[in-house]
Amino acid sequence: MPTRRVDLLVVGGGPAGLAAAARASELGVRRVVLVDERRWLGGILPQCIHPGFGLHRYGRDMTGCELAEKLIDRVSSLDVDVYTEAHTVRMGYESYLSKTAEVLTPRGAFRFRAKTVVYAAGARERTCFEAGIVGSRPAGVYTAGEVQEMMDVWGILPGREAVVAGSGDVGLIVARRLTLEGVKVKAVVELMPYPGGLLRNVVQCLEDYQIPLLLSHVVLAVEGSKRVESVLVAEVDENLRAREETVKRIPCDLLVIAVGLIPRVELLAGAGAMIDPKTGGPVVNEFLETSLPGVFAAGNALVINDLVEHAMEQGELAAESAYRFIEDGGFRSASWKRVRVGDGLRFVVPQLLAGFRDVKLYLRASSPSENARLLIPELGKSVRLRSVRPAEMITLTLKAEDVLKAERLTVKLV
Amino acid sequence: MRRIEVTCILCPVGCRLTVTEEDGEWKVEGYGCRRGLAYGLEEAQNPSRVLITVIPVDDGELPVVPVKTSKPIPKNLLLKASKALAGLRVKAPVRLGQVIARNLLDLDVNIVATRSIKARRDRVEADGQK
Repeated sequence: MPTRRVDLLVVGGGPAGLAAAARASELGVRRVVLVDERRWLGGILPQCIHPGFGLHRYGRDMTGCELAEKLIDRVSSLDVDVYTEAHTVRMGYESYLSKTAEVLTPRGAFRFRAKTVVYAAGARERTCFEAGIVGSRPAGVYTAGEVQEMMDVWGILPGREAVVAGSGDVGLIVARRLTLEGVKVKAVVELMPYPGGLLRNVVQCLEDYQIPLLLSHVVLAVEGSKRVESVLVAEVDENLRAREETVKRIPCDLLVIAVGLIPRVELLAGAGAMIDPKTGGPVVNEFLETSLPGVFAAGNALVINDLVEHAMEQGELAAESAYRFIEDGGFRSASWKRVRVGDGLRFVVPQLLAGFRDVKLYLRASSPSENARLLIPELGKSVRLRSVRPAEMITLTLKAEDVLKAERLTVKLV
Repeated sequence: MRRIEVTCILCPVGCRLTVTEEDGEWKVEGYGCRRGLAYGLEEAQNPSRVLITVIPVDDGELPVVPVKTSKPIPKNLLLKASKALAGLRVKAPVRLGQVIARNLLDLDVNIVATRSIKARRDRVEADGQK
C-alpha cells in the first residue's frame, strides 16, 4: 500500500471537516488532505433542503444545500487534496508526530502518515433496535435521515401515511416535508414529557401543519408482513414504562425513526482515544485534542450539536490547534483539570482545561427548567438563564486566567 | 373579536402569546420582550414561511433539485403552492440560485434552485477520467 506523508489529515467532509480543512489551509498548513466516504462533500447538509442554516454566522438564512455549496467552493479554491468515496478502514497512533490512516479510494488504497488529524466523521442515527421497538421488520421502517435522503436527494416518496418515533430535529423536519408532499403524518411520538428538537422546529414543523405531538408516549411495535401496516403506541408512566391499558394501534405504511444521534467514534476508539460515556464522543482538552496527541475532534463526532455554526467553529478551532501543533511540535505539558459535571447537566465539552486560552464550553441540560442558574462555584461564577431546554445547547466562555487560577472546576445547573 | 394563539420562537423561552383583534385594534399578551411583541403581531397579521421542496431534473447527475421560494409566502398557501409545483420539471445542468419558475400563484415570488446539479454527461466523463 503506497504511503503518503501529510501535515493534516481531515477525516470527514461535513461542515466541521470542511471548516477545518479551509481554516488550516488558510493558516498556511501545507499538505492538507480531506477524505470522505460519500460521493459528494457536505456531510448531512446536502440532504437538508430547509432553511435555518448560517443565520448566526453569515447574517443570512440559507438552506443546508446552499451552505454546503458555499463551504465546498471555499475548500475547492484552496490547496486541499480531497478524496471522495474514500473509506477509512483503520486509524492508528504510531508516534507523537505520526498517525496513520488506511484509506480505500477510487484512486487506490493509501496509508496516510499524518502529523495531525482532525477527526470529523459525524454521527450515525440510532436505529429502531436501539429504540427498543419490537414486532416484525417489514419494508417501510426508515431513519429520519434516510427519509430525508430518499425524498430530497433521490426524489423517492417513502410512504403515504406516516408515524414518526421520536421528536428530534430531523424527525420534526421530515414530518413537515412529508406533509408538504401529501403524506399524512398521523403522529410524532415522544417518550419524554418534552420535545427532543428545537422549539422553532416544534412550532414551524408540527404546529403549522397541526401534526399531533404525543409526549410521554412510545412506539412499542411494528405490525405488517411485507409492508408496515400499523404501529402500536402507548402512554408511558413516570418511569418511562408503557402503560398497557393505553396501547392503541395506528394504521400507517411508514415508520420514521428519529430517536437521536450517536457520535461515530469507532476509528478513534480503535486508535486508542479515550471516549466520554456522557457525550459518546472523545474526551478532549481546550484545543479539542483527544487523548492521542495531535488528533483533534470536531462536529457531531465530538458532541451532538444542534447548530451547524457550532460544528463549524469546532472544526476551525481544531484546525488552529493542528496548526499550532505542527508549528511548535506539540503543546507544552500542563496539569489538565477535569471539569466535573454537577447536577442538572448531562455533559460538558471540552472535558479537560488548563488555561492556555479562553475556552468555550458546550453544555447540555438534563431537563427543561425556567429561571435556572449555571454555576461554577470554584470561580464564583453564576450565569442566569431564563429558560433551558435539553434540545438547545448551552454555551459559556471562560477566561484563560480564571481557568489557570482554579484548582478544580465544577459546572452545575440549579 | 379575533383571538390567535402564537408560540414565540425567537429564543428558547418559547413565550405563549395571545393576540387579539377588536375593531382594528391589535393587542398582544404574554410576551417577554419587545421582539416577542413584534413577532406576535407579525405571526397574527401576516404569518409567512419560505416553501421548500424538490423538482424533478431531466438528464441530471441526480434526479431532483431542491428549491425554495425567493421570499416567504403566506403560511396558509404553503400546501396550495406545493401542489401548484407538481408537474414542474427542469433540465440539467441547474445552477445554485437559478430561477426555475416565476411568479408562483401570482404572489410575486420565484422558485429558485438551492443546489447545483450537473448534467448526467458530466458524471460519465468524470468517471471516465478515473
